[in-house]
Amino acid sequence: MAAKDVILEYVKNEYLEDGDDREVTFDTPLISGGIVDSFSMVSLKVFLETKYNVSIPDAKATPEAFDSVNNIIALLKDMGVE
Amino acid sequence: MPTKPSNMKTYEEEVKTFSWDIAKKELEYKDGDVINIGWYCSDRICKKGNADKLALIWENAKCEEKRYTFNDIRLISNTIANYLKNLGVKDGERVCLFMDKIPELYIGFLGVLKLGAIAQPLFSAFGSESLLTRLEDATTTAIMTQKKHLPKVRNILDKMPYLKYIIVVDDDGSKPLREREYALNIEKEKMIEDFEIFPTKAESRSVLHYTSGTTGKPKGAQHVHYSLISQYISSKYVLDLKDDDVYWCTADPGWVTGTSYGIIGPWSNGVTQVVTEIGFTADNWYRFAEKQKVSVWYSAPTAIRSLMKEGTAVAKKYDLSALRHLASVGEPLNAEAVIWSQEAFGMMFHDTFWQTETGSIMVSNYPGMKIKPGSMGKPFPGINATVVDLRTFLPIEKRGIVGMIAIEPGWPSMIRTYWNNEETYKSKFKNGWYLCGDRGSIDEDGYFWFVGRDDDVINTAGHLVGPFEIESALLEHPAVAESAVVGKPDPVNMEVVKAFIALKPGNDPNKMLELEIMNFVRKKLSALAMPQEIEFVDSLPKTRSGKIMRRLLRAKEWGEEIGDTSTLENDM
Repeated sequence: MAAKDVILEYVKNEYLEDGDDREVTFDTPLISGGIVDSFSMVSLKVFLETKYNVSIPDAKATPEAFDSVNNIIALLKDMGVE
Repeated sequence: MPTKPSNMKTYEEEVKTFSWDIAKKELEYKDGDVINIGWYCSDRICKKGNADKLALIWENAKCEEKRYTFNDIRLISNTIANYLKNLGVKDGERVCLFMDKIPELYIGFLGVLKLGAIAQPLFSAFGSESLLTRLEDATTTAIMTQKKHLPKVRNILDKMPYLKYIIVVDDDGSKPLREREYALNIEKEKMIEDFEIFPTKAESRSVLHYTSGTTGKPKGAQHVHYSLISQYISSKYVLDLKDDDVYWCTADPGWVTGTSYGIIGPWSNGVTQVVTEIGFTADNWYRFAEKQKVSVWYSAPTAIRSLMKEGTAVAKKYDLSALRHLASVGEPLNAEAVIWSQEAFGMMFHDTFWQTETGSIMVSNYPGMKIKPGSMGKPFPGINATVVDLRTFLPIEKRGIVGMIAIEPGWPSMIRTYWNNEETYKSKFKNGWYLCGDRGSIDEDGYFWFVGRDDDVINTAGHLVGPFEIESALLEHPAVAESAVVGKPDPVNMEVVKAFIALKPGNDPNKMLELEIMNFVRKKLSALAMPQEIEFVDSLPKTRSGKIMRRLLRAKEWGEEIGDTSTLENDM
């Protein structure tokens, strides 16, 4: 599975409640859309670091960088993850 | 345009002449009268001729707006009260409001109070276990919630026989509701013009807010309708709310700021408030403040520091010229953030200090009063605050000496008890003072300075989190043998939750397990309670009697002296 599919799946499974039927796409705002809050962002960061074996510096782990799956993919690319 | 004078005279003058009677007179309330917060925040404003004035401008995460006048909130709160009454909810029963920041939360709060029931707002990010703990303690009769949060209620329903009514405010009929579940759609309900508001008196119970302590389960701080007196006048004096203001309180009504100053304060003053559901980013917030022409902004240090991180240039991109007063609450506001706000907005944030138990602002910086950046300010007029010696509980006369911040009981919004826990309530008072649990000092000019908590409670982004509740949840994870949870310093959130964990044999520490444990706590309790960092250890420092010594771990995190370790069983 491509990284963006893996991340989208993870977000849906981990951060949406069972009964939450909101549609989440690659462009859906995660932080500003209230799906992932600033505290939960830390667990998303740990997931990305573990899954893709990278260390994301705090300066790059901004709400904007995590605000959609596409933004996360751009961040990972920037860090050398293909 | 000339600036209007502040509502408060000079601080010194106000201290000399202040009496709570000023608020009572303005609210046309006399001792012994009926006093119902729901009525004061809606019907009274309409009676004063402001029925068509906007009470709430609400924006969802997609920036779609809904607008409600004071007459709308009067009618909707009547309708909700009537709906609850027809279901069978009675005065004095607890009605939990478990919703995101949607209009039904704000207006439903008034509806519950109009019925004479006790409003029990809970943060909607709480997981099932956090919810259960609080509903169980309060033996809550009804819960108002949204479809998206319904599974968290259903998960624990069999443990809550006392919960008779689950009211879903956004049910669209797409999935059948189950036993005990009821749909309420305020846009489809017939509005109730006249509802016989329950004749609550000053000491009638109004709001039950749960707050965390070091040990034991969270405690329900019980407030009464008379709290209105403090909340009304402090909103007017500290937040300087005026008739033509557009006020933005960023707090969630799941916490006390969100009710005292996110509902009661502005609406009892007849002020228009704005609310957004959108998540935090600097651009999102500035855009909202610009669009709504926010004039008074009450926020939290964590948000302010996050804005600061983004830099002044981002703030300057937006037209924030309507802003005229800024205030902050939740944790101490550091001097750098106060100074930065002057650069970014041309005015300083005014720090305010108070707690769930105090119900309203106790110590604050006031419009027109000189701000000493980093200071909590001075006691609200009518409040006698001091710092007391940690052993004798006598006020410390000498300036600059650290003691426990203490307040003389008797202000209108003071907690009346902890639900089911009178003993702990009583333990908060020593030598005639209410002890805040915070350490601080007073300088030569009478300004208060915050030093830190006097217990193990973690203040993360302005929310108090109890280590015991998190440790208990951690122990339920199959890999965890024992744990200790402490606050770790954090440049944005002041503190974040850090867990020290010893694993059961057969489990190896690794990143995947760390993530699994984080998510385990997040789902069980809330994201706030989720450890932001986990350190796996072989064992935890304990006393000879086997009690985990959190303070040693905390001291290590804060780089402090670890103090007396004579009771330590093992080396760290």
